[in-house]
Amino acid sequence: MAETMVEMKHITKRFGNFVANDDISLTIKKGEIVALLGENGAGKSTLMSLLSGLKKPSSGEILIKNKVVSLASPRQATQQGIGMVHQHFMLIDDFTVLENIILGDEKTKYGMIDRMGTRKTITDLAEKYHLQLDLDKKVSDISVGMQQRTEIMKTLYRDAEILIFDEPTAALTPQEIESLLVIIKRLASEGKAIFLITHKLSEIKEIADTCIVVRAGKVIGTVKVSETSTYMMAEMMVGRQISFAAEKVPTNQMRTVLELKRLVVQASKAVPSVNDVSFKIATGEILGIAGVDGNGQSELMEAISGLRKVSSGNIMLNDRDITKFKPRKTTQAGISNIPEDRQNVGLILPMSVSDNLILQDYYLSKNQSKGLLNKSKIHRDGQKLMSDFDIRADSILEPVGSLSGGNQQKVIITREISRNPDLLIAANPMRGLDVGAIEYVHKQILKQRENEKAILLVSFELDELLRLSDRIAVIHQGKIMGIVKTGDVTKQELGFMMAGQPIPTH
Amino acid sequence: MPNSSKLFKVLVPLTSVLAGLVVGAIVMAIFGYDPFLNYASLFTGALGDANAIGETLRELTPLILTALGFSIASTAGFFNIGGAGQALMGWMASVSFALNFSSLPHWLLLLGSIMAGALAGGIWAGIAGVLKAYLGTSEVITTIMLNYIALYLSSFLVKNFLAQDQSDFSKTIPEGARLRTPFLEHLTQNSTFNYGIIISLIMVIVVYFLIQRTKVGYEYRAVGLNDKAANYAGMNVKKVIISAMVVSGALAGLGGAVEGLGNYENIYVMTSLPDIGFNGMAVSLLASGNPIGIIFSGLLFSILKIGGLSISVVSTTPPEIVDIVIATIIFFVGINYVIKIGLEKLSKKKGEG
Ligand SMILES: Nc1ncnc2c1ncn2[C@@H]1O[C@H](COP(=O)(O)OP(=O)(O)OP(=O)(O)O)[C@@H](O)[C@H]1O
Ligand SMILES: [Mg+2]
Repeated sequence: MAETMVEMKHITKRFGNFVANDDISLTIKKGEIVALLGENGAGKSTLMSLLSGLKKPSSGEILIKNKVVSLASPRQATQQGIGMVHQHFMLIDDFTVLENIILGDEKTKYGMIDRMGTRKTITDLAEKYHLQLDLDKKVSDISVGMQQRTEIMKTLYRDAEILIFDEPTAALTPQEIESLLVIIKRLASEGKAIFLITHKLSEIKEIADTCIVVRAGKVIGTVKVSETSTYMMAEMMVGRQISFAAEKVPTNQMRTVLELKRLVVQASKAVPSVNDVSFKIATGEILGIAGVDGNGQSELMEAISGLRKVSSGNIMLNDRDITKFKPRKTTQAGISNIPEDRQNVGLILPMSVSDNLILQDYYLSKNQSKGLLNKSKIHRDGQKLMSDFDIRADSILEPVGSLSGGNQQKVIITREISRNPDLLIAANPMRGLDVGAIEYVHKQILKQRENEKAILLVSFELDELLRLSDRIAVIHQGKIMGIVKTGDVTKQELGFMMAGQPIPTH
Repeated sequence: MPNSSKLFKVLVPLTSVLAGLVVGAIVMAIFGYDPFLNYASLFTGALGDANAIGETLRELTPLILTALGFSIASTAGFFNIGGAGQALMGWMASVSFALNFSSLPHWLLLLGSIMAGALAGGIWAGIAGVLKAYLGTSEVITTIMLNYIALYLSSFLVKNFLAQDQSDFSKTIPEGARLRTPFLEHLTQNSTFNYGIIISLIMVIVVYFLIQRTKVGYEYRAVGLNDKAANYAGMNVKKVIISAMVVSGALAGLGGAVEGLGNYENIYVMTSLPDIGFNGMAVSLLASGNPIGIIFSGLLFSILKIGGLSISVVSTTPPEIVDIVIATIIFFVGINYVIKIGLEKLSKKKGEG
């Protein structure tokens, strides 16, 4: 029988009158991978932040190796061997990977940082766990995947025996996800105890031993992953059946909504980020964009929504040239944009849910007259949107930053879809959503399609693209490698194109 | 929790003031002066009779305005250190207007002088706003520099255009531009209390509504909290920056105008910037930018300032010690964050016990 590493006993965490964690008890053993599954706002991140010393429980006790401990600060948690890899990384961009790893825990020799010794320690650890790292590169220059490995190394360097991963795969590409899962499995086989928060059931099925299902702050079941199916886990978590088979009815694709003509966007780099891209999207059509992260998707979307300058070429919306439009004019022309960076671009975290819901149309006459905001109407409309789209927050006046990650995402989706745009641009809109919410958002997007709107969907998840899109354009180094009908292509073929090979011939 | 946090908002500044008073008392005791006597004369000096109250309220009048100005700029994300210079420009402009258009009918002259003050302050801050918006120049540096320019420019203008003969102050403003009135003078036993307070209180309400209820205020807040999101939402970030700075400066300029039209009734060659600028910053920070809170924190400053004057009159305590005590109180109020954490710990212990 493996040693028990963590035991949480009757843990309750309140925010004011709101109970985020309600009498939760759980244990984890050495070498075990425990998944936490639950809807957006169920209380998973909160529970883990109690373990990592970021927040303090309102009641209950935590035992590490059968001893009651107090985890009042992240430092105390580190001393107890607990390390957390946060969803939003906490790295310093201007420091190298090595400097980031040792930050706050520098080993010194004669009063100087012992770089040689430290480097050796880290390279040994990297070898042991197969973590590929460029120690001397600046964090600003490395991929998201490597940033995450840096975060993992930070915890290992501090001798963490208990590792917490909060939605580690949400921001990763499929390739990076595969290698991360291998790393997590290896960590467990070396004797680490691992908590994994994820909304992706396939990942739980693939690596977790136990799955704890949380609903509305309570543990409603603990299951052995090997003895259950992904469907059963999903059902347990939302309390009803989930259907993933999104039904796509034929739509009337008679008119072009968006047309790009030889679009070039030159970012800071010498090579254009978007290089001679042309395509059309018709009414009632979803065009998916597949590609490895950093191949020009962001620049393409920013250009269309007016956030980035176009170097040459044209953007036409409903036969109108909108190439030079500023963001406000693009929204007025009928474009909605769900940006990829929800915390820095899509939301103003300290502002209320209500204020965030009007971000795109606060100036319209329905929300203000003579410069005075119509607060009561704004609240009423907001309340309705909150219940329609199932945004879970204590009150509409709560700062959006204190909502759970998935609910923050829902605020953006709600705002952008409810404006009923002619063209909806969405970048990984399902990132961080639970399966129930994904099902709902998929339905909303398909409804837009049925209402003869055009949708440009950028996603790293090929399954999602294949399920929703009518056609898929594959982008590689700023160029469109080919546009294929969804029915005519396999995941493998898409993969080849994403790697830069031209369109497959059948 | 929401209840207790409201209570906290009041408790924290009160405790801060109290701690400041205690430490101030210790300082006085160490140097051999009687803290009880001095505090007594401080409070009677500031609030003891109608005249004292009048003087305190007069001191409060411009402070509210400069503090509101600082709050507006911070709402939009700027640290406007230039309140002093903007106030001085406002002072200059309002007195100049009053002297040059003295033949205008009473109300027009008064209104014109006040508006001239607001306009000058607004333009002065607007310069920093334009530099920030188009060149990204730090407003901290530009407003500091503009402070110096304002100081020397005003000296130059007073000496060369407004001062009579060899003096270094201007003529007194004409009757029609005065904010003081026999009515208020009579009410407060000939204090310098004046109608400026009405301007200040109106502005408190205006600023409150502007920030909380208007479209423009929403844009200020959005740009101040996250300019990337503001840009994504189609706001013209440059325009918002400039507009917030202009409004901020106009308020400071009003502060200068009420000093010129209500208190000094002229302008003179100054050796340093008017302290309503920097004190206004402190007043605003103390109130965490809240317009209603500014009335109370401004009152605290005014009481200390006016009351402090009478400490040296009544006792032998040198004015330097008085300044140290006042600074100590402000210091404790300034570090109210520390006090807040202390109080939170205390209340938690109670909750557990
Ligand atoms: N600081 C806070 N103040 C008030 N409420 C909070 C705070 N932090 C979290 N909450 C609330 O607690 C609940 C649980 O949030 P938590 O972040 O733990 O959810 P989660 O299970 O991680 O969800 P997700 O899958 O969306 O990330 C949410 O309803 C959230 O609004
Ligand atoms: Mg979470």
